[in-house]
Amino acid sequence: MNEALLRSLVPSVLAVLVRRGADFAAAEDAVQEALIEALRIGTADPSPGSSSSGESVRDLKGWLVTVAWRKFLDATRADAARRRREDLVEEEPVPGSVPAVDDTLQLYFLCAHPSLTPSSAVALTLRAVGGLTTRQIAQAYLVPEATMAQRISRAKRTLSDNGVSPARRARGRFDQPGDVATVLRVLYLVFNEGYSGDVDLAAEAVRLTRQLAAAFDHPEVAGLLALMLLHHARRATRTAPDGSLVPLAEQDRGRWDTGAIAEGVEILQAALALDRLGEYQAQAAIAALHADAPAAEETDWVQIVEWYDELARLTDNPVVRLNRAVAVGEADGPRAGLAALAALDDSSPNSSSKGPLPRRTAVAAYLHERDGDLETAARLYAEAAQQAPNLAERDHLTRQAARLNTRLSR
Amino acid sequence: MAKYLLLKHYRGAPAAVNDVPMDKWTPEEISAHVKYMQDFAARLEGTGEFVDGQALAPEGTWVRYEGEGRPPVTDGPFAETKDLIAGWMVIDVDSYERAVELAGELSAAPGAGGKPIHEWLELRPFLTEPPTITE
Repeated sequence: MNEALLRSLVPSVLAVLVRRGADFAAAEDAVQEALIEALRIGTADPSPGSSSSGESVRDLKGWLVTVAWRKFLDATRADAARRRREDLVEEEPVPGSVPAVDDTLQLYFLCAHPSLTPSSAVALTLRAVGGLTTRQIAQAYLVPEATMAQRISRAKRTLSDNGVSPARRARGRFDQPGDVATVLRVLYLVFNEGYSGDVDLAAEAVRLTRQLAAAFDHPEVAGLLALMLLHHARRATRTAPDGSLVPLAEQDRGRWDTGAIAEGVEILQAALALDRLGEYQAQAAIAALHADAPAAEETDWVQIVEWYDELARLTDNPVVRLNRAVAVGEADGPRAGLAALAALDDSSPNSSSKGPLPRRTAVAAYLHERDGDLETAARLYAEAAQQAPNLAERDHLTRQAARLNTRLSR
Repeated sequence: MAKYLLLKHYRGAPAAVNDVPMDKWTPEEISAHVKYMQDFAARLEGTGEFVDGQALAPEGTWVRYEGEGRPPVTDGPFAETKDLIAGWMVIDVDSYERAVELAGELSAAPGAGGKPIHEWLELRPFLTEPPTITE
């Protein structure tokens, strides 16, 4: 059975149930149960060997709708609202004429609703739009399955408490699309948190963003898809076989995925041509400039600094200005980079509640090394290692300190 | 079967035999150390004795309830705190002897000069559910 195909059908099956009058929360549970049953049976593809043909896709979708609808009825039959729902069954519309793309789009907005916390929105999106099981999502985020199940049902309760459940709206309609930025933020989070367990979250984020871009023509959706593709293209070279980090300048560019880069650049260029710049397009432009350089020394740092200036205008995010300082250090020399870093400190003094800006010390260490002050650089690398947000970075920074200390002691 | 917590300390443990801070090792020695730790965890997974392992950032915050309707008080990190946990590993083994054996292996992880660190690790048994048969 083709699990990817099965999962891609989940949002449209969910749409059919909602259209038939099931409320979102119950329909979503029912679809999840049908999905688990299909995975358990492992023979949900009714015509093996031709799983990609339109015929068998319709069969598989029909099977899922039937099973999910039965699960929904089983769950609600015992309910107090039994009579009302059985009325619904009788007036159940014929499946098949469902504009699936439109409904899937509305699902994205519902699952990324602003009333949800980011972690809830991520979990709900992965389940309702991505067609992952609760167990897979729990494994990916390293939490117990029961915890993830609770997170998802609380998210659905939040939606209905806030009156955004589709059941409260005209029958068969999902919540109207809100701010696309909330949807993009959720997809960005899924992508950026990497992956663990047997589900590749980065690849899943690319798939979901691709599906969104196909349904919704918006330059920032395209920008995010381009950004993901351009970063995904470098993934295999970002870590050494022993798990240690490989910095951009040292990555084996011959192993970058040129197909993904070409696709990302093409999508980005089409988006930029619309002249409605946003932060994801600007970030993608920076990633594209890195991808364009056949060797690290040939990177067009001057243009990268310009894109960081654009990005800083769009977001006023200290992380952006920190990365800009790195780019300035490459374009105009380490002294200029250190000056940009000092300007960043002046404009955003470390607030006690948020602590120091992550990676600021690591950037300072790098710029001091490039400036030839190995002693300061070694001290700062060791300090940066103490502040590192993950083990891979900590080990990397400790190695940098060790490398310089070894040179200094010779 | 019995569960044990293996605690590694940033501070508070007696000094190791080969006590050199990591940034004074060579990069190759660091790689050898990291590999040893990874191999150790992988081997325990292979024997069915590994439960969980996590590393902690060196600095945290102390938090205390401050009364109804008030936000909790936060303080620290305190430089004078004697004990500072660096990370843990939970193992599920047949006996205390096996737990000691494994802790000893972990303490033999290579450090400066490629020689074992001989780091002191703390071994703490879990308080578990009472057994069914007690008489």
